[in-house]
Amino acid sequence: MRAKDILLVEDNSDDIELTVMALKEAKITNPVVVARNGVEALDYLFRTGTHAGRASADQPVVVLLDIKLPLLNGIDVLQRMREDERTRRTPVVMLTSSTEQADIVRTYDLGANSYVRKPVEFENFVVAARQLGLYWTVLNESPEPPA
Amino acid sequence: MSFLGSLTIGRKLTSISVLSSVTALLSASAAFLAYDVHTFRQSLTRRIATEAEIIGFNSASPILFKDAEAATAILNGLTAEPSVRAAAILDLGGTRFASYSREGAATPLAAPAGLPLTSQQFGPQGLLVSVPIQFEGRAVGRLLINAESRELRERQWRYAGIVAIVLACSFVLALAISRVVEKTISGPVLDLAATARRVSDGKDYTVRARPAGGDEIGALVSTFNAMLERIEGQNSDLEQARTELEKRVEARTRELAASNKELEAFSYSVSHDLRAPLRAIDGFSKALLDHCDASLDEKGRHYLQRVRAGTKRMGDLIDDMLGLAKISRKELTRQRVDLSAIAERVAAELAGRDSGHRLRVVVEAGLTATADSGLVEVLLENLMGNAWKFSSRKDDPTVQVGRVNGKGRVFYVRDNGAGFDMAYADKLFGAFQRLHSDAEFEGTGIGLATVQRIVNRHGGRVWAEGEPGKGAAFYFTLEGEA
Repeated sequence: MRAKDILLVEDNSDDIELTVMALKEAKITNPVVVARNGVEALDYLFRTGTHAGRASADQPVVVLLDIKLPLLNGIDVLQRMREDERTRRTPVVMLTSSTEQADIVRTYDLGANSYVRKPVEFENFVVAARQLGLYWTVLNESPEPPA
Repeated sequence: MSFLGSLTIGRKLTSISVLSSVTALLSASAAFLAYDVHTFRQSLTRRIATEAEIIGFNSASPILFKDAEAATAILNGLTAEPSVRAAAILDLGGTRFASYSREGAATPLAAPAGLPLTSQQFGPQGLLVSVPIQFEGRAVGRLLINAESRELRERQWRYAGIVAIVLACSFVLALAISRVVEKTISGPVLDLAATARRVSDGKDYTVRARPAGGDEIGALVSTFNAMLERIEGQNSDLEQARTELEKRVEARTRELAASNKELEAFSYSVSHDLRAPLRAIDGFSKALLDHCDASLDEKGRHYLQRVRAGTKRMGDLIDDMLGLAKISRKELTRQRVDLSAIAERVAAELAGRDSGHRLRVVVEAGLTATADSGLVEVLLENLMGNAWKFSSRKDDPTVQVGRVNGKGRVFYVRDNGAGFDMAYADKLFGAFQRLHSDAEFEGTGIGLATVQRIVNRHGGRVWAEGEPGKGAAFYFTLEGEA
């Protein structure tokens, strides 16, 4: 069985490359799909727009969601996901630079599964990526997707 | 007259008008009565005296001829004069020669001792007239007539009756008139009083007393109304000023909220946007070190390490700056705070950080203040952290937390560390100001700025004393000084 995707929603190419690198160094083998803004993320999740032809109906094993994004921001994306039956239970980890209490509270209220602040030091980033990847791709049991 | 004091103005007016009318009437009646008595006596005296002259003249011959019968007959002529009670003809020796007395009058008339021959006097018995009886210019006896003033008494009773009736009538009349007068005088006064009460009870300055006439009360009422108008005017001015002030406060609050929001947006963007490039710099430096190791020489690796150290420091600075901004934005909630307990907690944490376990922390018991406990914790973390840092190179690093003189509201954190030159004391609390190089002691220079901001937010004061090589003491208060 093909490993499920990890959806990385991130607009900063540096961060995209670093995250992919960190995940690789952490030996996470799941394919990483990148969405560069909120609309693209929703297109991927709901197989619309540029992702209308996505083959598998599987939801990603985890969505790594930045908050500050062009078009729709991460909070909007999270809200849409939780409103939709298909993505209601998909694990979402907020992966962001912000440590604003307001953001943390808001995303938890909306049903984020975790909130991780991107560390500046790459070592720490790798540690975080490894722990995240290990936890969500191996340890965590997600509910069966709705029929 | 004190009882008048408690009467209403209307009653007072009535009493005054009734009293004055009764007094006037009584004194007029008394004067009239006195005058009447006087004239009555005068006319009685004149009448009886005339009668006495005539009878005296006629009685001369009966005395001379000792004809008592004739004398009595003459005296009996007095029957026509009803006021005469008794009469007598006496000879010169005082012996009664003939006498007359009206029916019912008992005692025969006698001359009181020493009564002159010619006299008219009023006594308890009434009028006593004595005339000499003369013959050829020589007195041969005397005639005494006693007339009573019963008629006068009767008249006086009648007068009294009339006066009483008139008094009663005038009393009623005075009462009626005073009622009418009362309305024009006490009416406005009562109205004024009621208005004043309404003003004082209801704090309602829009009411006005009904205008009265042009007299003193009218003047009082219009002065009172003018006063009310002025108060109302002042009130509305005040109200207007208050509303304006409120509006201004509202506007300022809005501005403040806007600038707060701006600040928030700024710190948000600092935390998010400034960190991202740092992450890239550090991440790719690390990638370079890891993946391109073969093409790097020692120098290149060293430079990359320096790049990474720089990014780490920049990250720390940003974090500290954000912390400082957060402290400014945090809502201040004052409550009883146990500084001793917090200091002990911080001390335990510091001890954990200090692997050598040489640090000695002495915390005075019972330090309390009314302050925000979260901010106090940050404050003590910074001050005690500094104290620990700057004394870490001593053999016996000691940090003391206590209160000046063991009481009062001035707390201190003292160490026996590196200390500082008092010449730079004013630079201690500036953000990013440092008195030591990173090689000596690490730090971002934000700790004491944070301390100062926390103290400022509490309305307190913070200052420091120190000496190079001997240590430093930081004093602070958390409540505004009264």
